[in-house]
Amino acid sequence: MSDHFETDAVIIGGGPCGLFTIFELGLLDIRCHVLDILDRPGGQCAELYPEKPIYDIPALPIVTGAELTTRLMQQAKPFQPQFHFNQMVTELSKQEDGRFLLKTDGELSFLAKIVVVAAGGGSFMPKKPPIPGIDAYENKSVFYSVKKMETFRGKDILIVGGGDSALDWTLNLHPIARSMTLLHRRDDFRAAPDSVKKMRELVEAGKMALQIGQVTGLKGEAGVLSAATVKGSDGAVIDVATNTMLPFFGLTMKLGPVADWGLNLHENLIRVDTEKFETSTPGIFAVGDINWYPGKLKLILSGFHEAALMAQQAFRIINPGERLMFQYTTSSTNLQKKLGVV
Amino acid sequence: MAKITFIQHNGTEIETKGITGMTVMETAVKNQVQGIDADCGGACACATCHVYVEPEWTDKLGARNPMEEDMLDFAFDVRPESRLSCQIKVSDALDGLRVRVPEKQF
Repeated sequence: MSDHFETDAVIIGGGPCGLFTIFELGLLDIRCHVLDILDRPGGQCAELYPEKPIYDIPALPIVTGAELTTRLMQQAKPFQPQFHFNQMVTELSKQEDGRFLLKTDGELSFLAKIVVVAAGGGSFMPKKPPIPGIDAYENKSVFYSVKKMETFRGKDILIVGGGDSALDWTLNLHPIARSMTLLHRRDDFRAAPDSVKKMRELVEAGKMALQIGQVTGLKGEAGVLSAATVKGSDGAVIDVATNTMLPFFGLTMKLGPVADWGLNLHENLIRVDTEKFETSTPGIFAVGDINWYPGKLKLILSGFHEAALMAQQAFRIINPGERLMFQYTTSSTNLQKKLGVV
Repeated sequence: MAKITFIQHNGTEIETKGITGMTVMETAVKNQVQGIDADCGGACACATCHVYVEPEWTDKLGARNPMEEDMLDFAFDVRPESRLSCQIKVSDALDGLRVRVPEKQF
């Protein structure tokens, strides 16, 4: 299924800076669609440290990543942003009419007058275990996510990991697999206790196998896996027969397709000016951790400032010739109407 | 102040001065030791500051904490001497500490 949207602005990245950009653009009547590779808003605040306190947000002496996200969502809400999660932007190109065309790996496309890259440390992508030769098996016998369960019917599946993804997919795929083995480095699991209990029941009933150890090598031919070499905690090395391996080692940040969009980069960061936070392509902006300029500090509060200034130039592009009057939310009835408070 | 040596995968040794109260990860980042990515900045949330502690030091460092043990599930090639360097605080007692940086943090 593919869907097409036409909008004022597309924000790439729904972390704190992307969320605050909705607010700043919204005050200037610029409507946004927000795309993120994760399944929820918050970016690193949601994925890396939802429960860890942040101490340097102005006026919030202590706030967790999750709470900061909730508050930013609340602040952005009056502007009715449209979110599209689990989407990685794969293409960004300028059209003849001056607008930008964006395409995602989830087959969505957008035409936008301006684009704001608020992609933080890049895209969160599954960690690939550095097992020698693993590349040759990827997408044939080794998968880092489950897109369609049917792909795995009748397979001899080896799932590696001890978190929720590993346990959830063990339980979900076990009924359609020919055989199921879960491999983890220790006999303790981070995953939800209920899932662990269900898994252990299946093991006891002889319906699946649990191995303790780590994968050290792969065996197979032409991308088709036949076995994984596993080193046990006791040092013993065995081969586990499998034709389908699913490693779940969490996510890591990679710059990803951002590097292919023709923007001037500085050591994998997008170079911007410090007046408009515009990239080398007019109409494409970058705010937050993904950008670079002399003196740049990777702080959430810096990203907030960048969003406010960027929005001014975005207004000029979207409303050519129109005068932009600077207003305060404390005193402007106009802004307060937009915020829905009067 | 404690001398901390990072042994990179290619064998290069980097001697650093660890400041009491800072973590071994912060010491590595400050001294631009390659291979300590520390994606999450020390929140024990990413396992990209994984190191192997030289055998003579494992006992002196004590056991891994439970959060660190969980997070090591996200590291590759975890061994008995594996630690997350963001969870080791520098103190005078660690003067002379030697840790190996894995080939890859993923």
